[in-house]
Amino acid sequence: MNLPTLPDTLREQHSGKGWPLALVGSLLLLVSGLLSWSFDPSILGDISIAFWPASLQLFAMILGAVGVLLALMHRGPLHRLGDWFDTALGLRALGTGSLLFVVFSLVAIASEAGGLVNVNPGGWLALAGALLLTVGARFVPQRQLNSFAKAKANPVLEIVVIVLGMAAILFGAAYVLGRDDPWIFVGFLVMAAVAFMALARAGFFTWMSHVAQRHRHVLTLAAFVVAFLFPFTQDGSDANMSIATQVLIFAATAIGLNIVVGLAGLLDLGYIAFLGSGAYVGAMMSNAASATIGWKPPFIVVMLIGACVAATLGLIIGSPTLRVSGDYLAIVTLAFGEIFRLSMFNLDGNNGPDLTNGPNGIPGIPDLNLFGFDFGKPHTVFGIQLGRFSNYYFILLLLIGFIILVFTRLNNSRIGRGWVAIREDERAAEAMGVNTFGLKLLGFAVGAFLAGLAGTIKAHQDTAASPDQYIFLESAFLLAAVVLGGMGTVAGVLIGATILKLLPEKLRFFSEYRLLLFGLLLVIMMRVRPEGLIASKRRQLEFHEDDEELAQEVQADHLIDAAPEAAR
Amino acid sequence: MSHAVHESDLTRPASAPAMLEVKDLEVSYGKIKAVKGISFTVGQGEVVSLIGTNGAGKTTTLRTISGLLRPSAGSITFQGKRIDDVPAHEIVVLGIAHCPEGRRIFPQMTVEENLLLGAFTREDGEIGKDLQEAYELFPILQERSKQPAGTFSGGEQQMLAMGRAMMSRPKLLMLDEPSMGLSPLMMKRIMTTVRTLQDRGTTILLVEQNAQAALRLANKGYVLEVGKVVLQGTGRELLTSDDVRKAYLGED
Repeated sequence: MNLPTLPDTLREQHSGKGWPLALVGSLLLLVSGLLSWSFDPSILGDISIAFWPASLQLFAMILGAVGVLLALMHRGPLHRLGDWFDTALGLRALGTGSLLFVVFSLVAIASEAGGLVNVNPGGWLALAGALLLTVGARFVPQRQLNSFAKAKANPVLEIVVIVLGMAAILFGAAYVLGRDDPWIFVGFLVMAAVAFMALARAGFFTWMSHVAQRHRHVLTLAAFVVAFLFPFTQDGSDANMSIATQVLIFAATAIGLNIVVGLAGLLDLGYIAFLGSGAYVGAMMSNAASATIGWKPPFIVVMLIGACVAATLGLIIGSPTLRVSGDYLAIVTLAFGEIFRLSMFNLDGNNGPDLTNGPNGIPGIPDLNLFGFDFGKPHTVFGIQLGRFSNYYFILLLLIGFIILVFTRLNNSRIGRGWVAIREDERAAEAMGVNTFGLKLLGFAVGAFLAGLAGTIKAHQDTAASPDQYIFLESAFLLAAVVLGGMGTVAGVLIGATILKLLPEKLRFFSEYRLLLFGLLLVIMMRVRPEGLIASKRRQLEFHEDDEELAQEVQADHLIDAAPEAAR
Repeated sequence: MSHAVHESDLTRPASAPAMLEVKDLEVSYGKIKAVKGISFTVGQGEVVSLIGTNGAGKTTTLRTISGLLRPSAGSITFQGKRIDDVPAHEIVVLGIAHCPEGRRIFPQMTVEENLLLGAFTREDGEIGKDLQEAYELFPILQERSKQPAGTFSGGEQQMLAMGRAMMSRPKLLMLDEPSMGLSPLMMKRIMTTVRTLQDRGTTILLVEQNAQAALRLANKGYVLEVGKVVLQGTGRELLTSDDVRKAYLGED
């Protein structure tokens, strides 16, 4: 998103003109949202009425507001904040991005209403604003910045920022999930990406990461509260909640896989089989008409059995194969995934014991019923109706909380350190007394156990278990979520899982090109940001070994981490 | 061959009770025999040096003692217990620490994490105390305790590797070419530390190509050539031996 930078001499000559241009451009963007953008009221959620901004107009106003904020931080009433944030870089990113957004909007109007002739002055004003902002921002000089490490913290303010940020995420998620028009959906994503980039370039997220480190518990709590509140924004509609539960199952499984891939460094291409084995255990012990085992213990027991079966499978496949590594392990696990699927396909009584009903699977799995709480029925809480999927959403939220807890505890433990050592230099780790084989097997088993837990819930939520749900492609998607989001981090995998599950659901029109686009996305990611969207600092170092600055940064971050310990 | 130190007519150096005894050890990589029946002992509290050129089998010997390789014949006894089929991670528990060739620190882990990894097999409550001790031994490690170890210079990495090995509280410390690629000054520093560790009661098995430095420190030395012990004696004897001087010290 960066245009070639200007020669310094040119920037110095005109440094005084950049700021007013950028400010005016931002104000124009802000005002343009209040004007009519199109003659046609039937498109894009009606953007034809003045002083009644909708969809794209709102997005433009948000971008304009960010621009005004950054400009006023550079010079004006908020200039003291400009000592900390790189407003010039932020404005430049915002300018380029806004231009991109407005052009996208004009294309949207033209394509929906039939030609650019349908664009009203508001749209053109937005274009003018974005152009002014782009040009002006080029001339805004960079200021000398203070380091956040020296910032004096105001805890109340910081917590307010966390809460506001989380509220924005909740509101944004609820809003974007409610949009069915793909233009508006993509427009929102473009706007969010531009705002994110601008704030990131200004150093806002560096500050946020410092804040997050100081208030880790507040942040975690706020994230869970937001996730918990989400169903209440959906007004009893099951369509979005169904997607949300799928995202949660996918994310829970992906975090389990992240233990195996991200922490222990073992490439597993058949991980979906562990989710599948959990699901099949859940299905077989569910009292479904076609369930093959007549026994129906309490669900918590079923969960444990499912998880243990998955972990046992993990041990069985792991003990002979974990002596090989790298490519060989990937091939063996890939084969294991297929063996699982084919076994489920064939255990129908003709070729062995009748356990899975073969290709028909086990349909008609009844809804969960825990302590008299029927997951199949809608419930009303605080006057808001919560449907069937909301019920599953809550139990999955508990599960994912548990899985995240296991992940972080392991990551920060002696075992986690052993895994990192194995990943970095297996022979040296062995010489240090790390039981490499045992630890790798443990990683495999823990990952499988967690996937098995998720599987038992998934069986009830899907109301069926069949072999075709557990194809190789699913394993590949899980791995893609881990790689895309960032190996070894929780937040990254959550984002990766959300992207990979949500986009195909909302953008049905490109479903045929889904694989093509994901392939492209991964190729671009590997080129631009191989460490994933949210990288663990250690991973980042792995990919950018020569980056002295990064090494310094890692050290600085560790110092912040260590400071409270030293104080104790 | 000089008369004084030729293996056949050399009286075994007087030594402390053997802590480690290697007997007729043979190790092969597939069909290639890297170690062809060597025997030596390391006594309690001694510094023993194995010297020799590339391919003499020094590193292979150390890797076999620490359980990373399996011998094809012969025996290794540590404190009276056969350890040649004990897995590597249990050998560390028994009290042998291996500071491998090329240092092999974990580059993306911080200095402190590297040190803690050295104490991986320990579950007692004194790890923090030993961490402090490692920092006292090498103050630079404390200064940079939160820095990724990969950003270190060779000498600092060697210090870290030694500190890491000491974290397992070894009875026997095996150092594989600690002076490799270091400046003379840094080498001196490392060798002084070896002496310090010995004074503290650690038994040390030192593998070196830099024969002079290694022999000066050693109570006992063994000269290896293509998988066999060709000379042995006290450090002083070997230092003054004509054969050693010609072959390894570059003197005429």
